Amino acid sequence: MTSVTVNGRRYDVDLPDDTPLLWALRDELGLTGTKFGCGMALCGACTVHVDGQPVRACVTTISAVASSKVTTIEGVGADRVGRAMQAAWVDLGVPQCGYCQAGQIMAATALVKRTPRPTDAQIDEAMTGNICRCGTYPRIRAAIKQAAAQGGTR
Amino acid sequence: MSPAGTGSADRPLLIANVSADTVTRRRFLQAVSAAGGLVLAAGFPAVAQAPEPRKFGRDSMPNGWRDDPLVFVSIAPDGIVSIVCHRSEMGQGVRTGMPMIVADELEADWKRVRVVQATGDEKRYGNQDTDGSRSTRHFFEPMRRCGAAARTMLEAAAAARWGVAVSEVEARNHEVIHAKSGRRASFGSLAQAAATQTVPARETVRLKDPSKFRYIGKGNLKLVDGPDITTGKAQYGIDTRLPDMVYAVVARPPVYGGKATSYDAAETLKVPGVLKVVEIEPSDGPAHFNPLGGVAVVARNTWAAIQGRRVLKVVWNDGTNATYDSTAFKREMEAAARKPGKVVRDNGSVDSALAGAAKRVEAEYYIPHLAHAPMEPPAATVRIVNGKAEAWAGVQSPQAARDLVAKRLGMSPDDVTVNVTLLGGGFGRKSKPDYIVEAAVISKAMEGKPVKVTWTREDDIQHTYFHTVSVEHLEAGLDAQGKPVAWMHRSVAPTLLSTFVAGAKNEAPLELGMGVINVPFAIPNVRIENPEAEAHTRIGWFRSVSNIPHAFAVQSFVAELAAAAGRDQKDYLLEIIGPPRRVSPEALNDAWNHDEASDLYPVDTGRLRRVVETVAREAGWGRKLPKGRGLGIAAHYSFVSYVASVVEVAVNDQGEVTIPRIDIAVDCGATVNPDRVRAQMQGAAVMGIGIATGSEISFKNGRAEQGNFDTYEVTRMAGAPREIRVHILPGDYARPMGGVGEPGVPPVPPAICNAIFAATGKRIRRLPIRDQLKA
Repeated sequence: MTSVTVNGRRYDVDLPDDTPLLWALRDELGLTGTKFGCGMALCGACTVHVDGQPVRACVTTISAVASSKVTTIEGVGADRVGRAMQAAWVDLGVPQCGYCQAGQIMAATALVKRTPRPTDAQIDEAMTGNICRCGTYPRIRAAIKQAAAQGGTR
Repeated sequence: MSPAGTGSADRPLLIANVSADTVTRRRFLQAVSAAGGLVLAAGFPAVAQAPEPRKFGRDSMPNGWRDDPLVFVSIAPDGIVSIVCHRSEMGQGVRTGMPMIVADELEADWKRVRVVQATGDEKRYGNQDTDGSRSTRHFFEPMRRCGAAARTMLEAAAAARWGVAVSEVEARNHEVIHAKSGRRASFGSLAQAAATQTVPARETVRLKDPSKFRYIGKGNLKLVDGPDITTGKAQYGIDTRLPDMVYAVVARPPVYGGKATSYDAAETLKVPGVLKVVEIEPSDGPAHFNPLGGVAVVARNTWAAIQGRRVLKVVWNDGTNATYDSTAFKREMEAAARKPGKVVRDNGSVDSALAGAAKRVEAEYYIPHLAHAPMEPPAATVRIVNGKAEAWAGVQSPQAARDLVAKRLGMSPDDVTVNVTLLGGGFGRKSKPDYIVEAAVISKAMEGKPVKVTWTREDDIQHTYFHTVSVEHLEAGLDAQGKPVAWMHRSVAPTLLSTFVAGAKNEAPLELGMGVINVPFAIPNVRIENPEAEAHTRIGWFRSVSNIPHAFAVQSFVAELAAAAGRDQKDYLLEIIGPPRRVSPEALNDAWNHDEASDLYPVDTGRLRRVVETVAREAGWGRKLPKGRGLGIAAHYSFVSYVASVVEVAVNDQGEVTIPRIDIAVDCGATVNPDRVRAQMQGAAVMGIGIATGSEISFKNGRAEQGNFDTYEVTRMAGAPREIRVHILPGDYARPMGGVGEPGVPPVPPAICNAIFAATGKRIRRLPIRDQLKA
């Protein structure tokens, strides 16, 4: 039995210690906003925050986060920057299919919390691990800049 | 005409006159809908039984179309208007665009509109196959009539209530107004009375004048799913959760056509959480939309299933494709491309014109297999209760899924419900519902328990319906002024027909009609040939389909001719397109023409010229660029739309390519949601970059060599242009519309390679580019 704290709530999870956080979130806790894309930390669809840091839930075991605070897309709106990011995404019509966008928003939120006014190069660096097959990158870039310009005040 | 509007659909599902010359993507599905593939196979080569006259456009689609307001619109007493979206949302914005058309004609206030997703039921909704860039162009008119008819019924209800002539009342922004008396009634208050009104006859329905549109063409509405997507609430197929649900992954034959001969699940069953292993029978012969077969591992969660599969021991009989090798196959195709093949278009005398040309140019182009790799891999959930099956999946063809699940389970389609979730990307992959059939088979083996099948990324990349592999061989003769007098194009590619018909080796009319025969150039002598190529893997359509290799070859070759003639790429392209004229598809020997009528949809070189001229102007064609930078241009007609791109590339001393900017001009006729047109073009640019620079599936020993995003490269943020400018040409709502989802992709790869040539003098003829500019 492992305990994980997700979006401020503590859960007991009856799964082997080496189970990836992704599958615990999705299949056991019913938090399906975090997406499966590759299983190898290659695409970023499963990005969550662990103690504020962006990590790939598909290669992070539940035992590794037992004493940490996990935030998922379902909870990131409680954060000022996260909320601003979600609003910018809607405002600029970023999503196409939308499947990768949870991971994109989590990565972007972590970036702007760390670097309030990211440059294009910093956006490239922080976001290039997050694949969008629909090709929404130009709008993701614009939305990050819009949310950052608002200083996460929304 | 029937009052409720059943469209053209009341005709037999089976088409008896399916022949190799008329088979199209939608007719694959038509055949599948009817009988899970038997019809198509039985229909070859031709069973001619009093064929009905050919139908076009939306009338040609299986189950046609509907415009019945009682099917698509419902209004609650609180005024909430529910509008059914019967097409699948995969990022093109159809769940916003389609209901928007209805709402506009209805005079509904968008804030009080809710979108309801249809289950797979084409008898009720008309064709639902979300494929071929067709939804808006086929359903714009039916959806307008649907909204207008509902509006008329509300007006009639109000007029009856007030005892005034219906001509004196008018619906406006969610209420009906009687101007003379100043009376108003909300839609909600009229809903019940309106529902009892007769649905007006189709020909009496009064459509809005486009100048009165509130939403159509305005780009003033946000995506209906935006808030759910950005907060993690949106439900994709892979997100389905049901009580007592179990989770499965499947070990599939690594080689197409292979079979499991035996397996040992002892270790698998020891993995904590694994419940059972289930064999899935492969289909004999071509794959069609059937499962590939194999062994499923069922567990209490996805991870346990994946772990169980890892230790499953399966002995495979690889079958006849075990030696498929991409390097050898490229040579085989090149050999075929250098010899005469089946002539599919012949104008003038190419041989004598080539012989008499002042200059001859010859080139060969290669594009490898591609995998769609939608970010949501295929996933489906099925449960069977009391002899009825219910499925949940992101699927482009819910009716085909319904019919195939029914067939596999031995049920009537009436006993199968297919719930359509959001698709986490489709790109043609999710037109093929094999993954839903897998879930049905496993659920049956689990006594009907809800079973969710998830494809891992490796499953997806190694077992998809691959985009074909192709060699395009072109020869041209130029006169003394550099003007082209002869054009010979041999297109060699395994056909997607091979997935449905054993032994198919020639491109289908729909493949040839995607930019190889229907090239409307002003060249007097043209011959197009299609030598045979055998398929050794499961070929399927991938966004833009054969337009990708055809446009790459044709538009690269035009630029090569421009170079040979010492001319500017853009000027030469316009010259080769020739003067504005409407070319009949028949004159190009294109019997397919996207199944659209020739008079409504000729190939309009004036429109093709206009996108070239527009994009050149907007991109600043001819502007001075620093060393190592170049501009390239390409234009292509596909899905009855016209698109041209100018790409700016920068190539550094190490031969690394970056793409700072892409301009795209699109003429798709009038638009419903211009912001989504822009989004589709932006996305197409990014996908086109991936195809040009990094994406490749290769086979060795019959197996795909790539498995995940480390080896199958797709465009990432750092590789995407900082600027993608989309220029939408104005359209007229009275004129036929064009497609949007697919036509943006084809011009991008050749425009990139033409820009590289401008920047470096090096000509890329084989994709992906990867390190070809290095060294």
